[in-house]
Amino acid sequence: MTTYFLRRALGAVAVVLVLSAVVYVTFYVAPGDPARLACGPRCNTEQIRQVREQLSLDDPLLTQYWHFLQGVFTGQDYSTGTSVLHCDAPCFGLSYQNNQLVTDMLVDRLPATASLAVGAMAVWLAVGIGTGLLSALRRGGVTERALTWLTLAGTATPVFISGVALLMLFCVYLEWLPFPSYVPLTQDPEQWAWNMLLPWLALGLLESAKYARLTRSSLLETLAEDHIRTFRAYGVRERSLVARHALRGALAPVIALTAADFGSIFGGAMVTEVTFGLPGIGQLLVNATQKIDLPVVVAVVVITGTAVVIANIVADVLYAVADRRVALR
Amino acid sequence: MTDLLSTPEPAAGLAPASGARQVWRRLRARKSALAAAAVLGLLVLLALAAPLLAALEGQDPNTYHDALVDSARGGVPLGDFGGISAEHWLGVEPGTGRDMFVRLLYGARVSLLVALGATVVQVLIGLAVGLGAALGNRFADSALTHLTDVMVSMPLLVFAIAMVAVVPADFPRPLLLVFAIGLLAWGSTARLVRGQTLSLKKLDYVSAARLTGGSSWRVARRELLPGLAAPVITYAAILVPSNIVIESTMSFLGVGVKPPTPSWGQMLSTANTWFRADPAYVLLPASMLFVTTLAFTVLADGVRVALDPREASRLRVGRGGRESRKSRPGGTA
Repeated sequence: MTTYFLRRALGAVAVVLVLSAVVYVTFYVAPGDPARLACGPRCNTEQIRQVREQLSLDDPLLTQYWHFLQGVFTGQDYSTGTSVLHCDAPCFGLSYQNNQLVTDMLVDRLPATASLAVGAMAVWLAVGIGTGLLSALRRGGVTERALTWLTLAGTATPVFISGVALLMLFCVYLEWLPFPSYVPLTQDPEQWAWNMLLPWLALGLLESAKYARLTRSSLLETLAEDHIRTFRAYGVRERSLVARHALRGALAPVIALTAADFGSIFGGAMVTEVTFGLPGIGQLLVNATQKIDLPVVVAVVVITGTAVVIANIVADVLYAVADRRVALR
Repeated sequence: MTDLLSTPEPAAGLAPASGARQVWRRLRARKSALAAAAVLGLLVLLALAAPLLAALEGQDPNTYHDALVDSARGGVPLGDFGGISAEHWLGVEPGTGRDMFVRLLYGARVSLLVALGATVVQVLIGLAVGLGAALGNRFADSALTHLTDVMVSMPLLVFAIAMVAVVPADFPRPLLLVFAIGLLAWGSTARLVRGQTLSLKKLDYVSAARLTGGSSWRVARRELLPGLAAPVITYAAILVPSNIVIESTMSFLGVGVKPPTPSWGQMLSTANTWFRADPAYVLLPASMLFVTTLAFTVLADGVRVALDPREASRLRVGRGGRESRKSRPGGTA
């Protein structure tokens, strides 16, 4: 077990290092001149030269990457000409747009993304596992066919269509809900929930289609296994067969997928965030890309990559915990 | 020596030909697949004929018609259903008054081109990496499999969007989208190819070709690729609709094709602010996108069934019982 963790942790560190190096190098070597971007469109050659010096863009690439890593782990000082700006430990540099610390920008955006992730996950687990179980247990009937078509339609509809459809239905025609605008949880929990309801539904229902299919196939597979057949032959009732013996093994891949998805949602929920105007990390990435704000883009990409790598390790461990037959090697 | 070996060649050449006819017959037997194919055929035709149809309507995608929108109400089109008229068959865009019919057609061109191009890139890389992993030595296999795992687990959209930020602005955007999607989303194809190749490798005819001294490259090309065709085509058919959604998503987020090039996703991003005043403007691109992805998904399902001999027997027997359902391969489902 310990060797397993050591090996996985080392592997994860290697992946993250390679990933960040690739991202960093492609971004700062890419055809566009970072100094010109950082300085803005009205800069003359002399000002651009100063910025180059400030960002030490003339150093060898390896040194630059080393400085980037140093910034992430120990913090860094930036001279803005007259004063020195200190950037604490997880330092991803300064935004080209407003000279704000990228780390601060990300921390500001985290609550909205986390709110979305947690609520949407509750929706997709409830709906996805529910429909998956239902369609697996009512095999061959009308219920199964209807659910199959619903999940097919669910996967074929991107959030920016289902989201607008939900907005039209609930905010314009029925007028049951106010037009969503993000209210922080700490400010007013009730308003927070009402305003997050539609984003949760839009993202949760989209994802639930995937979970329904996985739950269905996984349960059917487990029910066809030898030990279940043995239980059945001994006269164990179908209900307790499913609830007590099959479900645990059947849900193992579902739990693993949940953990893996939770990692990627931090950068990947941008469509939902943009559709509903949630000030989250995904929206930040989209805005930064449009303005070619490289430090922000690099930070989001590296952090998302790291989150995904960690989430995948967590997923594997959870899988082994839920399904004892899986050995961690 | 090798002359003797090349005897399986005609057989390998013949089998897919008769197989293709059989597959085609099975595909035609499915009504849903036939309907989906008809819808897609019409769509491709419309996209190809976009300039002709635009000339027929007498409009072009980028001309502003200020007189057709109500500037007092913020640019809502005059007339019913988004300003449908004899001159503008599907109405005009709110705000600018550009012709919707022509813009939707040109949008179809972007969607189909990007999706198909990206699929080609994905399949080529997937084949190369998958075959490399399955046929290479232990080291190559472990390295390529690790790379594939990383590629599969990374959130595609984040990286695709980041790629758009790096590439200089004058690089043609549709081509950039093809590469962004194709270079990032080949992981699952490579996985499929590796798995299929490993199981094909165990078959006698492949072992025979290897034992009699065929080079890896020759074995891959002559013996393995024909066997890989069915699963890879099935998977590519699933990739196309997902690529269409990715393209429209990126355009929706404002990092796809650049205006004034029309794209469904881009229309939907502005639709977000218009849907109260002009619902037609939302419904048109949304339904185009929905119908296209659904048709591709249904067709892909039909192709999967047609290429799977076990499913074919189920078709003949009628609606399947327990056994035939269970025999569906999980990997391509």
